[in-house]
Amino acid sequence: MTTVLDTKTLLPTVPENSASGLDSARHKDKKDLVFVNLGPSHPATHGTLRALCALDGETIVAAVTEMGYLHRGFEKDCEVHTFQQVIPYTDRLNYVSAIMNNVGFCKAVERMLRIPIPERALYIRLITCELNRIIDHLVCAGANLVDIGALTNFWYSFNAREKVYDILEKLCGARLTSSYTRLGGVSRDLYPAFADEVKAVLKEIKKSVGEIQKLVSKNRIFLDRTKDICVISKETALSYGWTGPTLRACGVEYDLRKAEPYYHYEDFKFEIPVGSKGDIYDRIFVRLLEIEESSSIIEQALKKLPKGPIMTDDKRVALPPKQQTYGNIEGLMNHFKIIMDGICPEPGEIYDFTEAANGELGFYVVADGTKNPYRVKCRPPCFMNFAAFHGMIEGGMIADAVANLGSINIIAGELDR
Amino acid sequence: MNNENLLTQLTEKYQKAVLGSCDRFGVLEIQVDRATIAEVVKFLRDTPEFSFNMLIDLVSIDYSNYPGWTGDRFSLSYLLKSLLLGHRLQLKTTVPEDEPVVPTISGLYGNADWLEREAYDQMGIRFAQHPNLKRLLNHHEFVGHPLRKDYPITRRQWLSANESLMDEMEVRLKEKGYE
Repeated sequence: MTTVLDTKTLLPTVPENSASGLDSARHKDKKDLVFVNLGPSHPATHGTLRALCALDGETIVAAVTEMGYLHRGFEKDCEVHTFQQVIPYTDRLNYVSAIMNNVGFCKAVERMLRIPIPERALYIRLITCELNRIIDHLVCAGANLVDIGALTNFWYSFNAREKVYDILEKLCGARLTSSYTRLGGVSRDLYPAFADEVKAVLKEIKKSVGEIQKLVSKNRIFLDRTKDICVISKETALSYGWTGPTLRACGVEYDLRKAEPYYHYEDFKFEIPVGSKGDIYDRIFVRLLEIEESSSIIEQALKKLPKGPIMTDDKRVALPPKQQTYGNIEGLMNHFKIIMDGICPEPGEIYDFTEAANGELGFYVVADGTKNPYRVKCRPPCFMNFAAFHGMIEGGMIADAVANLGSINIIAGELDR
Repeated sequence: MNNENLLTQLTEKYQKAVLGSCDRFGVLEIQVDRATIAEVVKFLRDTPEFSFNMLIDLVSIDYSNYPGWTGDRFSLSYLLKSLLLGHRLQLKTTVPEDEPVVPTISGLYGNADWLEREAYDQMGIRFAQHPNLKRLLNHHEFVGHPLRKDYPITRRQWLSANESLMDEMEVRLKEKGYE
Protein backbone atom coordinates (compact mmCIF):
# COMPACT_ATOMS: atom_id res chain seq x y z
CA MET A 1 0.00 0.00 0.00
CA THR A 2 1.42 3.38 -0.89
CA THR A 3 0.85 6.43 1.17
CA VAL A 4 0.10 9.52 -0.78
CA LEU A 5 1.73 12.48 0.88
CA ASP A 6 -0.20 15.65 0.89
CA THR A 7 2.45 17.99 -0.45
CA LYS A 8 0.45 21.04 0.47
CA THR A 9 0.79 20.37 4.18
CA LEU A 10 4.50 19.61 3.98
CA LEU A 11 5.60 22.72 2.15
CA PRO A 12 5.99 25.88 4.20
CA THR A 13 3.12 28.21 3.76
CA VAL A 14 3.91 31.15 1.57
CA PRO A 15 2.11 34.42 2.24
CA GLU A 16 -0.04 35.19 -0.76
CA ASN A 17 1.07 38.78 -1.17
CA SER A 18 4.81 38.08 -1.42
CA ALA A 19 6.66 36.38 -4.24
CA SER A 20 8.61 34.10 -1.94
CA GLY A 21 8.89 33.27 1.72
CA LEU A 22 12.35 34.88 1.82
CA ASP A 23 11.03 38.38 1.38
CA SER A 24 13.56 40.89 2.66
CA ALA A 25 10.84 43.09 4.09
CA ARG A 26 9.72 40.43 6.56
CA HIS A 27 9.88 40.99 10.26
CA LYS A 28 13.45 41.03 11.50
CA ASP A 29 13.73 38.70 14.43
CA LYS A 30 16.87 38.06 16.46
CA LYS A 31 15.81 34.46 16.94
CA ASP A 32 16.48 33.79 13.24
CA LEU A 33 20.14 34.73 13.57
CA VAL A 34 23.13 32.53 14.22
CA PHE A 35 26.09 34.05 16.03
CA VAL A 36 29.53 33.01 14.86
CA ASN A 37 32.90 34.05 16.19
CA LEU A 38 35.53 34.71 13.55
CA GLY A 39 38.77 34.21 15.43
CA PRO A 40 40.52 35.16 17.67
CA SER A 41 42.63 32.13 16.88
CA HIS A 42 42.08 31.01 13.33
CA PRO A 43 44.47 30.71 10.37
CA ALA A 44 42.34 33.03 8.28
CA THR A 45 42.62 35.90 10.76
CA HIS A 46 46.44 36.03 10.33
CA GLY A 47 46.85 37.06 13.90
CA THR A 48 44.70 37.25 16.96
CA LEU A 49 41.69 39.24 15.88
CA ARG A 50 38.08 38.59 16.65
CA ALA A 51 34.86 39.48 14.94
CA LEU A 52 31.50 38.36 16.26
CA CYS A 53 29.12 38.03 13.34
CA ALA A 54 25.36 37.70 13.39
CA LEU A 55 24.37 35.56 10.44
CA ASP A 56 21.06 35.40 8.66
CA GLY A 57 21.54 32.37 6.48
CA GLU A 58 24.97 33.03 5.05
CA THR A 59 24.79 36.80 5.20
CA ILE A 60 26.45 38.80 7.95
CA VAL A 61 23.79 41.21 9.11
CA ALA A 62 25.74 42.71 12.00
CA ALA A 63 29.30 42.45 13.20
CA VAL A 64 31.34 43.71 16.13
CA THR A 65 35.08 43.41 16.47
CA GLU A 66 37.44 43.01 19.35
CA MET A 67 41.16 43.59 19.53
CA GLY A 68 43.87 43.50 22.15
CA TYR A 69 44.78 39.81 22.17
CA LEU A 70 48.36 40.66 21.30
CA HIS A 71 48.57 43.74 23.51
CA ARG A 72 51.89 43.64 25.29
CA GLY A 73 52.31 47.18 26.51
CA PHE A 74 54.73 48.58 23.95
CA GLU A 75 54.05 52.15 25.04
CA LYS A 76 54.53 51.37 28.72
CA ASP A 77 57.72 49.44 27.99
CA CYS A 78 59.16 52.42 26.13
CA GLU A 79 58.87 54.51 29.27
CA VAL A 80 61.30 52.33 31.22
CA HIS A 81 63.81 51.86 28.42
CA THR A 82 66.30 54.25 26.88
CA PHE A 83 65.70 55.75 23.48
CA GLN A 84 68.15 53.28 21.90
CA GLN A 85 66.52 50.34 23.64
CA VAL A 86 63.14 51.20 22.13
CA ILE A 87 64.40 50.49 18.60
CA PRO A 88 64.26 46.65 18.95
CA TYR A 89 60.74 47.01 20.35
CA THR A 90 59.64 48.82 17.22
CA ASP A 91 60.64 45.73 15.17
CA ARG A 92 57.76 43.94 16.83
CA LEU A 93 55.12 46.44 15.75
CA ASN A 94 54.68 45.64 12.09
CA TYR A 95 56.99 42.64 12.01
CA VAL A 96 56.47 42.18 8.29
CA SER A 97 58.27 45.43 7.53
CA ALA A 98 60.39 45.97 10.62
CA ILE A 99 62.87 48.47 9.21
CA MET A 100 60.10 50.91 8.42
CA ASN A 101 59.19 51.00 12.09
CA ASN A 102 62.83 51.45 13.08
CA VAL A 103 63.07 54.37 10.69
CA GLY A 104 59.78 55.87 11.85
CA PHE A 105 60.85 55.96 15.47
CA CYS A 106 64.43 57.07 14.83
CA LYS A 107 63.29 59.85 12.51
CA ALA A 108 61.04 61.25 15.23
CA VAL A 109 63.74 61.16 17.90
CA GLU A 110 66.43 62.51 15.55
CA ARG A 111 64.25 65.48 14.75
CA MET A 112 63.85 66.00 18.47
CA LEU A 113 67.61 65.84 18.93
CA ARG A 114 68.00 68.13 15.89
CA ILE A 115 70.61 65.79 14.47
CA PRO A 116 70.94 65.56 10.70
CA ILE A 117 71.90 62.10 9.54
CA PRO A 118 74.54 61.54 6.84
CA GLU A 119 73.31 61.38 3.26
CA ARG A 120 74.50 57.81 2.79
CA ALA A 121 72.62 56.64 5.87
CA LEU A 122 69.54 58.40 4.60
CA TYR A 123 69.75 56.67 1.22
CA ILE A 124 70.34 53.30 2.88
CA ARG A 125 67.27 53.87 5.02
CA LEU A 126 65.25 54.78 1.98
CA ILE A 127 66.39 51.70 0.03
CA THR A 128 65.79 49.29 2.92
CA CYS A 129 62.40 50.90 3.60
CA GLU A 130 61.33 50.38 0.01
CA LEU A 131 62.57 46.78 0.14
CA ASN A 132 60.42 46.36 3.23
CA ARG A 133 57.45 47.92 1.50
CA ILE A 134 57.84 45.36 -1.28
CA ILE A 135 57.97 42.50 1.23
CA ASP A 136 54.96 43.80 3.10
CA HIS A 137 52.91 44.11 -0.07
CA LEU A 138 54.01 40.67 -1.28
CA VAL A 139 53.01 39.10 2.03
CA CYS A 140 49.70 40.91 2.09
CA ALA A 141 48.77 40.14 -1.50
CA GLY A 142 50.05 36.55 -1.29
CA ALA A 143 48.25 35.72 1.93
CA ASN A 144 45.12 37.50 0.76
CA LEU A 145 45.01 35.42 -2.39
CA VAL A 146 45.45 32.23 -0.36
CA ASP A 147 42.44 33.25 1.70
CA ILE A 148 40.32 33.30 -1.42
CA GLY A 149 41.68 30.02 -2.71
CA ALA A 150 44.41 31.13 -5.10
CA LEU A 151 47.15 29.13 -3.45
CA THR A 152 49.80 29.16 -6.20
CA ASN A 153 50.31 32.92 -5.88
CA PHE A 154 51.49 32.39 -2.37
CA TRP A 155 54.68 30.72 -3.63
CA TYR A 156 55.26 33.32 -6.30
CA SER A 157 55.11 36.06 -3.70
CA PHE A 158 56.85 34.26 -0.83
CA ASN A 159 59.75 33.00 -2.96
CA ALA A 160 60.52 36.55 -3.95
CA ARG A 161 60.06 37.74 -0.40
CA GLU A 162 62.49 35.13 0.88
CA LYS A 163 65.16 36.43 -1.50
CA VAL A 164 64.71 39.94 -0.13
CA TYR A 165 65.03 38.51 3.36
CA ASP A 166 68.32 36.88 2.34
CA ILE A 167 69.63 40.33 1.47
CA LEU A 168 68.35 41.87 4.69
CA GLU A 169 69.84 39.01 6.67
CA LYS A 170 73.25 39.65 5.12
CA LEU A 171 72.81 43.33 5.82
CA CYS A 172 71.74 43.32 9.43
CA GLY A 173 71.96 39.75 10.68
CA ALA A 174 68.25 39.09 11.12
CA ARG A 175 65.39 38.34 8.82
CA LEU A 176 62.40 39.79 10.59
CA THR A 177 63.55 41.68 13.65
CA SER A 178 66.23 43.73 12.01
CA SER A 179 66.78 46.64 14.47
CA TYR A 180 68.78 48.13 11.65
CA THR A 181 68.71 51.83 12.43
CA ARG A 182 70.50 53.69 15.16
CA LEU A 183 69.82 57.19 16.34
CA GLY A 184 71.98 59.19 13.93
CA GLY A 185 72.34 56.61 11.19
CA VAL A 186 72.26 52.88 10.53
CA SER A 187 74.06 50.06 12.28
CA ARG A 188 76.05 48.62 9.36
CA ASP A 189 77.13 49.75 5.95
CA LEU A 190 75.98 47.97 2.82
CA TYR A 191 78.04 44.95 1.88
CA PRO A 192 79.95 45.12 -1.41
CA ALA A 193 77.60 42.99 -3.50
CA PHE A 194 74.46 44.65 -2.15
CA ALA A 195 73.57 46.70 -5.22
CA ASP A 196 73.99 43.81 -7.63
CA GLU A 197 72.02 41.42 -5.47
CA VAL A 198 69.20 43.93 -5.03
CA LYS A 199 69.02 44.51 -8.77
CA ALA A 200 68.85 40.75 -9.38
CA VAL A 201 66.12 40.35 -6.78
CA LEU A 202 64.13 43.24 -8.20
CA LYS A 203 64.11 41.44 -11.53
CA GLU A 204 62.77 38.31 -9.87
CA ILE A 205 60.16 40.31 -8.01
CA LYS A 206 59.05 41.89 -11.24
CA LYS A 207 58.70 38.42 -12.73
CA SER A 208 56.78 37.09 -9.73
CA VAL A 209 54.41 40.05 -9.64
CA GLY A 210 53.87 39.68 -13.35
CA GLU A 211 53.01 36.05 -12.89
CA ILE A 212 50.63 36.80 -10.07
CA GLN A 213 48.91 39.40 -12.21
CA LYS A 214 48.66 36.97 -15.11
CA LEU A 215 47.18 34.32 -12.85
CA VAL A 216 44.55 36.46 -11.23
CA SER A 217 43.71 39.51 -13.30
CA LYS A 218 41.45 37.64 -15.72
CA ASN A 219 40.51 34.81 -13.42
CA ARG A 220 36.75 34.63 -13.14
CA ILE A 221 36.76 33.22 -9.62
CA PHE A 222 39.17 35.88 -8.41
CA LEU A 223 37.16 38.66 -9.99
CA ASP A 224 33.89 37.36 -8.54
CA ARG A 225 35.44 37.09 -5.12
CA THR A 226 37.01 40.56 -5.09
CA LYS A 227 35.17 42.97 -7.38
CA ASP A 228 32.58 45.07 -5.56
CA ILE A 229 33.16 43.11 -2.37
CA CYS A 230 33.52 44.95 0.93
CA VAL A 231 33.51 48.36 -0.71
CA ILE A 232 34.36 51.36 1.40
CA SER A 233 33.67 54.86 0.18
CA LYS A 234 36.26 57.62 0.09
CA GLU A 235 34.36 59.60 2.71
CA THR A 236 34.03 56.73 5.17
CA ALA A 237 37.68 55.80 4.74
CA LEU A 238 38.79 59.36 5.47
CA SER A 239 36.48 59.64 8.44
CA TYR A 240 38.14 56.54 9.86
CA GLY A 241 41.56 58.07 9.27
CA TRP A 242 42.64 55.55 6.67
CA THR A 243 45.97 56.20 5.01
CA GLY A 244 48.29 54.28 2.75
CA PRO A 245 47.36 51.74 0.08
CA THR A 246 43.92 51.05 1.53
CA LEU A 247 42.97 54.73 1.21
CA ARG A 248 44.52 54.95 -2.23
CA ALA A 249 42.41 51.98 -3.29
CA CYS A 250 39.36 54.18 -2.61
CA GLY A 251 40.61 56.64 -5.22
CA VAL A 252 42.33 59.17 -2.97
CA GLU A 253 45.74 60.06 -4.35
CA TYR A 254 47.44 60.59 -1.03
CA ASP A 255 50.91 59.40 -0.24
CA LEU A 256 53.06 61.03 2.41
CA ARG A 257 56.10 60.45 0.22
CA LYS A 258 54.59 62.95 -2.21
CA ALA A 259 52.37 65.04 0.03
CA GLU A 260 54.86 65.73 2.82
CA PRO A 261 58.13 64.35 1.46
CA TYR A 262 61.00 63.33 3.70
CA TYR A 263 64.35 61.68 2.95
CA HIS A 264 64.52 63.24 -0.54
CA TYR A 265 61.47 61.37 -1.81
CA GLU A 266 60.69 64.50 -3.80
CA ASP A 267 63.78 63.83 -5.96
CA PHE A 268 62.54 60.46 -7.14
CA LYS A 269 60.24 59.74 -10.02
CA PHE A 270 57.39 57.44 -9.09
CA GLU A 271 53.66 57.20 -9.53
CA ILE A 272 50.95 56.74 -6.93
CA PRO A 273 48.69 53.90 -8.01
CA VAL A 274 45.07 54.56 -7.06
CA GLY A 275 41.97 52.44 -7.20
CA SER A 276 38.52 53.58 -8.21
CA LYS A 277 36.02 51.72 -6.04
CA GLY A 278 37.65 50.79 -2.77
CA ASP A 279 36.87 47.08 -3.05
CA ILE A 280 39.15 44.13 -2.37
CA TYR A 281 40.27 44.02 -6.00
CA ASP A 282 41.50 47.61 -5.81
CA ARG A 283 43.31 47.01 -2.56
CA ILE A 284 45.19 44.02 -3.95
CA PHE A 285 46.10 45.71 -7.22
CA VAL A 286 47.18 48.99 -5.62
CA ARG A 287 49.65 46.94 -3.61
CA LEU A 288 50.88 44.97 -6.61
CA LEU A 289 51.40 48.17 -8.58
CA GLU A 290 53.16 49.84 -5.67
CA ILE A 291 55.71 47.06 -5.70
CA GLU A 292 56.74 48.20 -9.18
CA GLU A 293 56.98 51.81 -8.06
CA SER A 294 59.09 50.85 -5.06
CA SER A 295 61.39 48.84 -7.31
CA SER A 296 61.83 51.88 -9.49
CA ILE A 297 62.64 54.06 -6.44
CA ILE A 298 65.26 51.55 -5.30
CA GLU A 299 66.91 51.47 -8.72
CA GLN A 300 67.05 55.26 -8.81
CA ALA A 301 68.42 55.39 -5.26
CA LEU A 302 71.13 52.83 -6.00
CA LYS A 303 72.33 55.02 -8.87
CA LYS A 304 72.46 58.09 -6.65
CA LEU A 305 73.82 56.37 -3.54
CA PRO A 306 76.46 58.73 -2.12
CA LYS A 307 79.67 57.66 -0.44
CA GLY A 308 80.52 58.66 3.09
CA PRO A 309 79.81 57.83 6.69
CA ILE A 310 76.70 55.89 7.75
CA MET A 311 76.56 57.40 11.21
CA THR A 312 76.57 60.97 12.38
CA ASP A 313 79.73 62.17 14.12
CA ASP A 314 77.70 63.97 16.79
CA LYS A 315 79.24 62.75 20.05
CA ARG A 316 75.93 62.97 21.90
CA VAL A 317 74.52 60.00 20.00
CA ALA A 318 77.26 58.20 18.05
CA LEU A 319 79.44 55.64 19.76
CA PRO A 320 83.12 56.32 19.01
CA PRO A 321 85.04 53.82 16.85
CA LYS A 322 86.39 50.91 18.86
CA GLN A 323 90.02 52.07 18.41
CA GLN A 324 89.07 55.28 20.18
CA THR A 325 87.19 53.50 22.96
CA TYR A 326 90.13 51.26 23.74
CA GLY A 327 92.87 53.69 22.74
CA ASN A 328 92.21 56.96 24.52
CA ILE A 329 90.40 58.26 27.58
CA GLU A 330 88.06 60.62 25.67
CA GLY A 331 86.78 57.78 23.51
CA LEU A 332 86.30 55.55 26.51
CA MET A 333 84.40 58.23 28.40
CA ASN A 334 82.29 59.02 25.36
CA HIS A 335 81.33 55.36 25.02
CA PHE A 336 80.62 55.06 28.75
CA LYS A 337 78.47 58.19 28.81
CA ILE A 338 76.33 57.11 25.87
CA ILE A 339 75.80 53.64 27.31
CA MET A 340 75.25 54.63 30.92
CA ASP A 341 73.68 58.08 30.64
CA GLY A 342 71.92 57.39 27.38
CA ILE A 343 70.84 59.81 24.72
CA CYS A 344 68.87 62.66 26.22
CA PRO A 345 66.83 64.91 23.92
CA GLU A 346 65.79 68.27 25.35
CA PRO A 347 62.35 68.33 26.96
CA GLY A 348 59.69 68.63 24.32
CA GLU A 349 57.03 66.87 22.31
CA ILE A 350 56.96 65.81 18.70
CA TYR A 351 54.62 64.00 16.39
CA ASP A 352 56.47 62.60 13.43
CA PHE A 353 55.31 60.28 10.71
CA THR A 354 56.48 58.24 7.77
CA GLU A 355 54.66 56.47 4.98
CA ALA A 356 54.94 52.86 6.09
CA ALA A 357 53.67 49.94 4.05
CA ASN A 358 50.24 50.16 5.64
CA GLY A 359 49.92 53.92 5.76
CA GLU A 360 50.90 56.72 8.08
CA LEU A 361 53.01 55.32 10.88
CA GLY A 362 53.31 58.01 13.52
CA PHE A 363 55.15 58.35 16.78
CA TYR A 364 54.22 60.96 19.34
CA VAL A 365 57.24 61.21 21.61
CA VAL A 366 57.44 63.22 24.82
CA ALA A 367 60.90 63.81 26.26
CA ASP A 368 61.60 65.15 29.74
CA GLY A 369 65.37 65.57 29.38
CA THR A 370 66.25 62.09 30.65
CA LYS A 371 67.50 59.05 28.77
CA ASN A 372 64.07 57.40 28.68
CA PRO A 373 61.17 58.70 26.64
CA TYR A 374 58.55 60.12 28.99
CA ARG A 375 55.74 58.91 26.76
CA VAL A 376 55.56 57.26 23.38
CA LYS A 377 52.31 56.96 21.49
CA CYS A 378 52.43 54.92 18.35
CA ARG A 379 49.90 55.54 15.62
CA PRO A 380 49.54 52.19 13.90
CA PRO A 381 48.00 52.61 10.45
CA CYS A 382 46.03 49.36 10.61
CA PHE A 383 44.29 50.41 13.84
CA MET A 384 42.22 52.81 11.72
CA ASN A 385 41.60 50.09 9.13
CA PHE A 386 40.36 47.63 11.71
CA ALA A 387 38.11 50.24 13.32
CA ALA A 388 36.11 50.31 10.08
CA PHE A 389 36.15 46.55 9.55
CA HIS A 390 32.77 45.69 11.07
CA GLY A 391 30.90 48.09 8.78
CA MET A 392 32.61 46.74 5.68
CA ILE A 393 31.72 43.10 6.20
CA GLU A 394 28.07 43.66 7.05
CA GLY A 395 25.94 42.58 4.13
CA GLY A 396 28.55 40.19 2.83
CA MET A 397 29.30 36.57 3.63
CA ILE A 398 31.80 35.01 5.99
CA ALA A 399 34.09 34.19 3.09
CA ASP A 400 34.04 37.85 2.05
CA ALA A 401 34.92 38.89 5.58
CA VAL A 402 37.99 36.64 5.46
CA ALA A 403 39.02 38.05 2.09
CA ASN A 404 38.50 41.57 3.38
CA LEU A 405 40.56 41.03 6.51
CA GLY A 406 43.49 40.03 4.33
CA SER A 407 43.04 42.97 2.01
CA ILE A 408 43.25 45.65 4.73
CA ASN A 409 46.44 43.99 6.00
CA ILE A 410 45.90 43.92 9.74
CA ILE A 411 49.15 43.15 11.52
CA ALA A 412 48.26 42.28 15.10
CA GLY A 413 51.68 43.27 16.41
CA GLU A 414 51.09 46.79 15.24
CA LEU A 415 47.38 46.91 15.95
CA ASP A 416 47.57 45.82 19.59
CA ARG A 417 51.08 47.08 20.37
CA MET B 1 46.54 78.09 5.12
CA ASN B 2 49.60 78.78 7.23
CA ASN B 3 49.91 78.38 10.97
CA GLU B 4 49.57 82.08 11.76
CA ASN B 5 46.31 82.46 9.87
CA LEU B 6 44.99 79.34 11.50
CA LEU B 7 45.72 80.66 14.94
CA THR B 8 44.30 84.14 14.34
CA GLN B 9 41.10 82.82 12.82
CA LEU B 10 40.55 80.31 15.56
CA THR B 11 41.31 82.84 18.27
CA GLU B 12 38.83 85.28 16.73
CA LYS B 13 36.11 82.69 16.71
CA TYR B 14 36.80 81.17 20.12
CA GLN B 15 38.35 83.96 22.17
CA LYS B 16 37.67 82.33 25.49
CA ALA B 17 38.39 78.76 24.56
CA VAL B 18 41.84 79.28 23.04
CA LEU B 19 44.24 79.29 25.96
CA GLY B 20 47.56 79.45 24.17
CA SER B 21 49.65 78.05 21.38
CA CYS B 22 53.10 76.81 20.60
CA ASP B 23 55.13 75.30 17.81
CA ARG B 24 55.81 71.57 17.89
CA PHE B 25 58.57 71.08 15.35
CA GLY B 26 56.73 72.92 12.62
CA VAL B 27 53.20 71.88 13.55
CA LEU B 28 51.02 74.36 15.36
CA GLU B 29 49.66 73.31 18.71
CA ILE B 30 46.72 75.21 20.12
CA GLN B 31 45.69 74.75 23.71
CA VAL B 32 41.93 74.67 23.98
CA ASP B 33 39.60 74.67 26.96
CA ARG B 34 38.37 71.20 27.83
CA ALA B 35 34.67 72.06 27.83
CA THR B 36 34.69 73.41 24.26
CA ILE B 37 37.07 70.93 22.65
CA ALA B 38 34.36 68.98 20.83
CA GLU B 39 32.81 72.19 19.52
CA VAL B 40 36.19 73.46 18.28
CA VAL B 41 36.96 70.16 16.55
CA LYS B 42 33.56 70.23 14.85
CA PHE B 43 34.13 73.82 13.73
CA LEU B 44 37.55 72.94 12.32
CA ARG B 45 36.14 69.94 10.51
CA ASP B 46 33.13 71.71 8.99
CA THR B 47 34.55 75.13 8.07
CA PRO B 48 35.78 75.02 4.45
CA GLU B 49 38.87 77.19 5.16
CA PHE B 50 40.12 74.58 7.62
CA SER B 51 38.42 71.33 6.51
CA PHE B 52 40.26 69.08 8.91
CA ASN B 53 38.66 65.95 7.59
CA MET B 54 40.99 63.43 9.22
CA LEU B 55 41.60 62.64 12.84
CA ILE B 56 45.10 61.25 12.73
CA ASP B 57 45.48 60.28 16.37
CA LEU B 58 44.42 61.01 19.90
CA VAL B 59 47.30 61.12 22.37
CA SER B 60 46.81 61.02 26.11
CA ILE B 61 49.66 61.97 28.43
CA ASP B 62 50.02 61.68 32.20
CA TYR B 63 52.26 64.51 33.41
CA SER B 64 52.33 63.53 37.07
CA ASN B 65 56.05 62.60 36.99
CA TYR B 66 57.13 65.29 34.57
CA PRO B 67 59.91 67.41 36.08
CA GLY B 68 58.60 70.76 37.27
CA TRP B 69 55.03 70.15 36.12
CA THR B 70 52.39 72.16 37.95
CA GLY B 71 49.37 72.02 35.67
CA ASP B 72 46.57 69.47 35.39
CA ARG B 73 47.65 65.86 35.55
CA PHE B 74 46.52 64.65 32.13
CA SER B 75 46.40 66.06 28.67
CA LEU B 76 44.83 65.01 25.41
CA SER B 77 46.21 65.93 22.00
CA TYR B 78 43.99 65.76 18.97
CA LEU B 79 46.11 65.42 15.86
CA LEU B 80 44.18 66.73 12.88
CA LYS B 81 44.98 66.72 9.21
CA SER B 82 43.31 68.33 6.25
CA LEU B 83 43.71 66.18 3.18
CA LEU B 84 42.33 68.85 0.89
CA LEU B 85 44.51 71.73 2.08
CA GLY B 86 47.42 69.64 3.31
CA HIS B 87 47.90 71.23 6.72
CA ARG B 88 48.13 69.71 10.16
CA LEU B 89 47.17 70.94 13.58
CA GLN B 90 47.38 69.65 17.14
CA LEU B 91 44.74 70.64 19.63
CA LYS B 92 45.69 70.11 23.22
CA THR B 93 43.48 70.15 26.23
CA THR B 94 44.40 69.53 29.85
CA VAL B 95 42.39 67.17 32.01
CA PRO B 96 42.39 67.36 35.82
CA GLU B 97 42.88 64.25 37.93
CA ASP B 98 39.77 64.69 40.09
CA GLU B 99 37.40 65.03 37.15
CA PRO B 100 38.96 63.37 34.09
CA VAL B 101 36.00 63.90 31.77
CA VAL B 102 36.15 65.32 28.25
CA PRO B 103 33.30 65.79 25.77
CA THR B 104 33.34 63.08 23.15
CA ILE B 105 34.01 63.59 19.44
CA SER B 106 32.96 60.05 18.55
CA GLY B 107 30.14 61.41 16.38
CA LEU B 108 32.54 63.52 14.32
CA TYR B 109 35.08 60.99 13.08
CA GLY B 110 34.70 57.27 12.53
CA ASN B 111 37.90 56.34 14.32
CA ALA B 112 37.30 58.64 17.31
CA ASP B 113 35.16 55.96 18.94
CA TRP B 114 38.06 53.53 19.26
CA LEU B 115 40.69 56.19 19.90
CA GLU B 116 38.66 57.48 22.83
CA ARG B 117 38.16 53.96 24.11
CA GLU B 118 41.89 53.47 23.99
CA ALA B 119 42.53 56.70 25.92
CA TYR B 120 39.99 55.61 28.53
CA ASP B 121 41.47 52.14 28.78
CA GLN B 122 45.11 53.18 28.98
CA MET B 123 44.87 56.45 30.85
CA GLY B 124 41.48 56.50 32.56
CA ILE B 125 40.20 59.62 30.84
CA ARG B 126 36.45 59.40 30.44
CA PHE B 127 34.50 60.82 27.52
CA ALA B 128 31.09 62.26 28.29
CA GLN B 129 28.31 60.99 25.99
CA HIS B 130 30.53 58.33 24.42
CA PRO B 131 28.17 55.58 23.21
CA ASN B 132 30.27 52.64 24.36
CA LEU B 133 33.17 53.55 26.63
CA LYS B 134 34.65 50.10 27.15
CA ARG B 135 38.23 48.96 27.37
CA LEU B 136 39.86 48.37 24.03
CA LEU B 137 43.40 47.02 24.35
CA ASN B 138 43.25 45.54 27.83
CA HIS B 139 41.08 42.71 29.07
CA HIS B 140 37.66 43.72 30.38
CA GLU B 141 38.49 42.43 33.87
CA PHE B 142 41.65 44.53 34.06
CA VAL B 143 41.79 46.88 37.04
CA GLY B 144 43.48 50.27 36.70
CA HIS B 145 44.89 52.18 33.77
CA PRO B 146 48.35 50.97 32.75
CA LEU B 147 49.75 54.10 31.15
CA ARG B 148 49.22 56.16 34.27
CA LYS B 149 52.56 56.84 35.87
CA ASP B 150 51.44 55.35 39.19
CA TYR B 151 50.67 51.98 37.60
CA PRO B 152 53.74 49.81 38.27
CA ILE B 153 55.05 48.16 35.12
CA THR B 154 55.58 44.86 36.93
CA ARG B 155 52.02 44.54 38.27
CA ARG B 156 50.34 41.45 36.94
CA GLN B 157 46.68 40.55 37.00
CA TRP B 158 44.84 37.28 36.61
CA LEU B 159 42.26 37.69 33.86
CA SER B 160 40.23 34.73 32.76
CA ALA B 161 36.64 35.38 31.71
CA ASN B 162 35.72 35.62 28.03
CA GLU B 163 34.21 38.75 26.67
CA SER B 164 30.91 37.80 25.06
CA LEU B 165 30.65 41.00 22.97
CA MET B 166 26.86 40.52 23.05
CA ASP B 167 26.38 43.91 24.67
CA GLU B 168 27.85 45.59 21.60
CA MET B 169 26.06 43.15 19.31
CA GLU B 170 22.66 44.00 20.83
CA VAL B 171 23.22 47.67 20.05
CA ARG B 172 24.38 46.90 16.53
CA LEU B 173 21.38 44.64 15.88
CA LYS B 174 19.02 47.31 17.09
CA GLU B 175 20.61 49.76 14.63
CA LYS B 176 19.99 47.21 11.89
CA GLY B 177 16.33 46.88 12.86
CA TYR B 178 16.41 43.52 14.65
CA GLU B 179 14.32 43.02 17.73
